[in-house]
Amino acid sequence: MSRTFLGLPRHGDGGFPAAAHEALADSQLRRNLHKATTTIRAKRSAVVGELPDWEALRDAGAAIKERTLRHLDVHLERLEQAVTERGGTVHWARDAAEAGRIVGDLVARTGSREVVKVKSMATEEIGLNDSLAERGISAYETDLAELIVQLGHDTPSHILVPAIHKNRSEILEIFRREMPSVPADLTDDPRALAMAARQHLREKFLSTRVAVSGANFAVADTGTLAVVESEGNGRMCLTLPDTLISVVGIEKVVPSWEDLEVFLQLLPRSSTGERMNPYTSLWTGVTPGDGPQEFHLVLLDNGRTRVLADTVGRQALNCIRCSACLNVCPVYERTGGHAYGSVYPGPIGAILTPQLIGVENAPTLPYASSLCGACYDVCPVKINIPEVLVHLRGQVVEHKRSARTPSPEGVAMAGLAWVLADPARLERAQRLGRRGAGLLGRDGRIARLPGPLGGWTDSRDVPAMPPESFREWWRRERLGDA
Amino acid sequence: MSAREEILGRVRQALVDVPASDSTEVPRDYRRSLGIDRAAVLDLFAETVSDYRATLHRSAPDQIASAVAAILAGQGITRLAVPADLPDDWLPDDLDVVVDDGRLGAGDLDAVAGAMTAAAVGIAQTGTLVLDAGARQGRRLLSLVPDYHLCVISADDVVGSVPEALGRLDPVRPITLISGPSATSDIELSRVEGVHGPRTLDVLLVE
Repeated sequence: MSRTFLGLPRHGDGGFPAAAHEALADSQLRRNLHKATTTIRAKRSAVVGELPDWEALRDAGAAIKERTLRHLDVHLERLEQAVTERGGTVHWARDAAEAGRIVGDLVARTGSREVVKVKSMATEEIGLNDSLAERGISAYETDLAELIVQLGHDTPSHILVPAIHKNRSEILEIFRREMPSVPADLTDDPRALAMAARQHLREKFLSTRVAVSGANFAVADTGTLAVVESEGNGRMCLTLPDTLISVVGIEKVVPSWEDLEVFLQLLPRSSTGERMNPYTSLWTGVTPGDGPQEFHLVLLDNGRTRVLADTVGRQALNCIRCSACLNVCPVYERTGGHAYGSVYPGPIGAILTPQLIGVENAPTLPYASSLCGACYDVCPVKINIPEVLVHLRGQVVEHKRSARTPSPEGVAMAGLAWVLADPARLERAQRLGRRGAGLLGRDGRIARLPGPLGGWTDSRDVPAMPPESFREWWRRERLGDA
Repeated sequence: MSAREEILGRVRQALVDVPASDSTEVPRDYRRSLGIDRAAVLDLFAETVSDYRATLHRSAPDQIASAVAAILAGQGITRLAVPADLPDDWLPDDLDVVVDDGRLGAGDLDAVAGAMTAAAVGIAQTGTLVLDAGARQGRRLLSLVPDYHLCVISADDVVGSVPEALGRLDPVRPITLISGPSATSDIELSRVEGVHGPRTLDVLLVE
């Protein structure tokens, strides 16, 4: 399997429903996911419960993000100025291709043919590893889960734990196959596997001169960037190389240093369910004698301004990529991340991806939800995901209506509107329907509707038509006109 | 048009609905301090640090070297890398010391078993040590590359909450927040200590 740009949905024409069907049939995947999401839900809930001011933090986080987005141009210019004043260089990238070109040029200029990478959704989104590979530059993922995914020639399936779909024995198999230095007696004990990865990457950290990262936050006032992580691979990449290149979405900016006090409480508790993640690195430009002496910040649009233009949908840019919404989502828990066919899976992916690439290019994703609202309840920055899903469904319908060939659904809905507009028509239709549906119903349910309507009943039953309609009953009982 | 001009133009175009006078207020009703006394803050710090499988030790200011000696004996460590400005009276006499004068490479530090540094701030609520490359802390790679980290923190520098800690820091310094030893939960979400950063973290609280 090869990695693809966000612009090209990974699944075929069937979209999410087809991919979900396939995923649902994989019982190993469902076991792995159930175990992981259940564990992390319990951890998150316990540490969130420790904070009496959790709701106040959510309110502050949501308001900071909303206010920042409403004046994003001002904050981006301030960020650029602050980073530049501290010895960094700022680049702007309209799309994935331009970002890839900028990073590739910067790496080429150093003369290095390899880079070490900190796990980053932005570089995943722009398919950076592939575009570097095309220029003969090898990118080494250093986060353990990203390493598992990279060695397995796989794609990530979760924002926080990209290899959540693999269990220990599957990981052991990948390491045995792909890691040259792997000890002969390696077992599937998570500790042994982690130590094999440590061994594998140590030499890379000590010898690679260029690192590529993303950032969780970028402080406009001070020019400070933040990377939140656990393993220390982030610190290694951010500290040891001579050159650091950070690819950061334009929505990652926060106005002031003080704002970090909110997000450094919201993010770890929402994502890994910890009071604080083991390591957070904060750096501002370059510091003589400590860390990389050359720093480049690549500010990435790649569809974000399109999201910003939608007054309902723009709240998706509040996202701090904690993945709490994935872990509570009943749909994600059963299908896993690959079914979404997007770098951003789960509920946030269902609203972010269609907006980044246009709903017409991901028309099934706004429907990849039961609208149960659990994602909204856990979101640390209060993104109303159900509201945006419904809003995007409206856009999908609008888009289909404007398409030249009417869809079966569109024809059915137009017909239904015509029938419902007139009481006599409705009654005739009900009588007709009862005659037809009587043949299909079993135990008060219709398991499969005929023709193009069958798609609706693939995943649900329809109640069979009652023996008489309310209107008929009313006439018989109250008007004596049976 | 440059990418910069184009992106900023798109941003402004996307925000035509936002009036020039717009000023969404940010409610900051969250806690700035925990509202508990000093002794309780230090006890909480001890508890949260230990919860992350770092080991907390306590010492009086004039007993640091002997406390360090006992901790290192427990770890079987005889050689440590330290920043150049670490006070001599923190170091036991028989310790083999590698001083980082700013010229040590990552490879040199990889060959040392451990490092000892001070910290700028401690956060009781989260069990976090904050290093800002300031006095007695050295460069970032010092507390990163060696497999063992002994971090000495003065009780005066331990605060209750995250907002209190950030309020004490200077953003333009390179800052590292450390909460427990390096850890991963990437394999079936079972926590494993020690991947790329130090696998063992000892904290010496001086009060």
